[in-house]
Amino acid sequence: MPFMEFVNFYLMPGIVLGSIYALGAVGITLVFGILRFAHLAHGDLATLGAFAALGVVTIFGVSPWVALPVAMVVCAFMAIGIDKLFYDYLSERPKIIVVMSSLGIALMLRAVVQVVWGVDTETYTRGIVRPDDYWGIRIRDREIYTIIAMFVIVGVLWAFLQKTKWGKAMRAMSDNPDLALLSGVDNRKITMLTWGIVGVLCAASGFFLGINTELKPLMGWTMLLPMFAAAILGGVGRVEGAVIGGLIVGIAEETSVLFIPGEYKAAMAFAILLLILLVRPTGLLKGKVL
Amino acid sequence: MTSQAIAEQPMSKNSVQQKYSGKPILTMTGVRGGYGDADILQGVDMQVTEQEIVVIVGPNGAGKSTAMKAIFGLLKVRGGSIVVNGTDIAGWKPNRIVQHGVCYVPQVNNIFREMTIHENLEMGAFLRKGDISESLERVYTLFPDLKERRNALAGNLSGGQRQMVAMGRALMLNPSLLLLDEPTAGLSPKYMEQIFEITRNLRDAGLSILLVEQHAKQALAFADKGYVLAAGSNRHEGTGQELLADREVAEMFLGG
Repeated sequence: MPFMEFVNFYLMPGIVLGSIYALGAVGITLVFGILRFAHLAHGDLATLGAFAALGVVTIFGVSPWVALPVAMVVCAFMAIGIDKLFYDYLSERPKIIVVMSSLGIALMLRAVVQVVWGVDTETYTRGIVRPDDYWGIRIRDREIYTIIAMFVIVGVLWAFLQKTKWGKAMRAMSDNPDLALLSGVDNRKITMLTWGIVGVLCAASGFFLGINTELKPLMGWTMLLPMFAAAILGGVGRVEGAVIGGLIVGIAEETSVLFIPGEYKAAMAFAILLLILLVRPTGLLKGKVL
Repeated sequence: MTSQAIAEQPMSKNSVQQKYSGKPILTMTGVRGGYGDADILQGVDMQVTEQEIVVIVGPNGAGKSTAMKAIFGLLKVRGGSIVVNGTDIAGWKPNRIVQHGVCYVPQVNNIFREMTIHENLEMGAFLRKGDISESLERVYTLFPDLKERRNALAGNLSGGQRQMVAMGRALMLNPSLLLLDEPTAGLSPKYMEQIFEITRNLRDAGLSILLVEQHAKQALAFADKGYVLAAGSNRHEGTGQELLADREVAEMFLGG
């Protein structure tokens, strides 16, 4: 197979899918690092973000790119609200109960999407977009924007965590919660801030999956396993690890069809997850929590 | 005398009050409390006055660290009063106590491992608004080792340097009372001496310090005052030198 064919039909789609996984995996790693539980409603929160953007597009007739920030705000408030109503209420209980409740939230979010938007497949824009040719690399504009947006969003988050007072407080809470409290950090505020950021990331990953494929009520749920695989592969609690993990899982899924039937593509994430847990459970960039 | 009686008439009992006449920073009277239902502290009285190092010594399980945690609101206080700078803080939450000028350095897990030395100190000043460069400079002057390695991850430091980071973090809020829980546990004699020297320097700079210490002899040698706790209540008190000279104290707690 010619090299350019590999790049155009396997590597580039893998990087695009990987960028979408990365956005979700960063959120998963933040929840795990700071709030210490596996958030199973993550995928369905992404679905809600994708459909919220669709709502803005259909009601106001604007471009999907204008709808993205609106969807981010909707998801941020949704995540904060869910935490206030459910997760915070269970915060003193064993973590497994919070994990199970997040499974319930996942089902509730999906039901809301199905009630409001129906169960049919939707798209942001109609018509076929042909890829442009850049020195032999064939890529669509929206795919370029997906990759750039992922790096920009994660870059801004990284700078926030490294350079700002509240970003450092989030890292402190993840590092040593007791000492953070002794230093006067209000854990309620950190929790709300975390959910706000997680909501924004969820909306972005759902939106980019929707714009590159289609919108389906199950779209986020099917991303949940690859996103968790990406977060664990990169090292739980590590933002940069989640990006690397997401890209690896995405590329592995897309290139897997060279060796195995396409129907088994989704099994790649599961295989990667099993392998990393067997070989290096702390992830590529030594995670903090596991 | 029961702890109840002590709580009712603290002044008449507390001879320490008259013996040391500085302005009181911390006054504990008849403090009882514990983690679960059982009281570990069975009525503890203690006083720290301005610019003073007070050492708590005693056998294992005497309630030394527990007394310190009670001051900092980390366990349930079921009786007595804890007055700091004129206000009873018994029952307050730790983040409120921090704002009241009390900082606490736990014995273990007292640094942010995944953060740099500099960030650890910044976290210490989390509650402060405005410029913190003066406090940073002060801490770096106290601990020159830290300034050199300010961008190193705190988790990669030696035990002694970690303790310095932990103390530095607590000093960033310019507290009036510093609580140190066994700051020299597990340290080499060289670092132990260094930590003790810094403690003395802090006192001379105007800070009041309450110290729980296993190395009782060394600590009492420079302490302004010492309390010997046993089974959750006061057993002896006096100046550091008095306690060192006391036969009973020496036999019981200082290994003869």
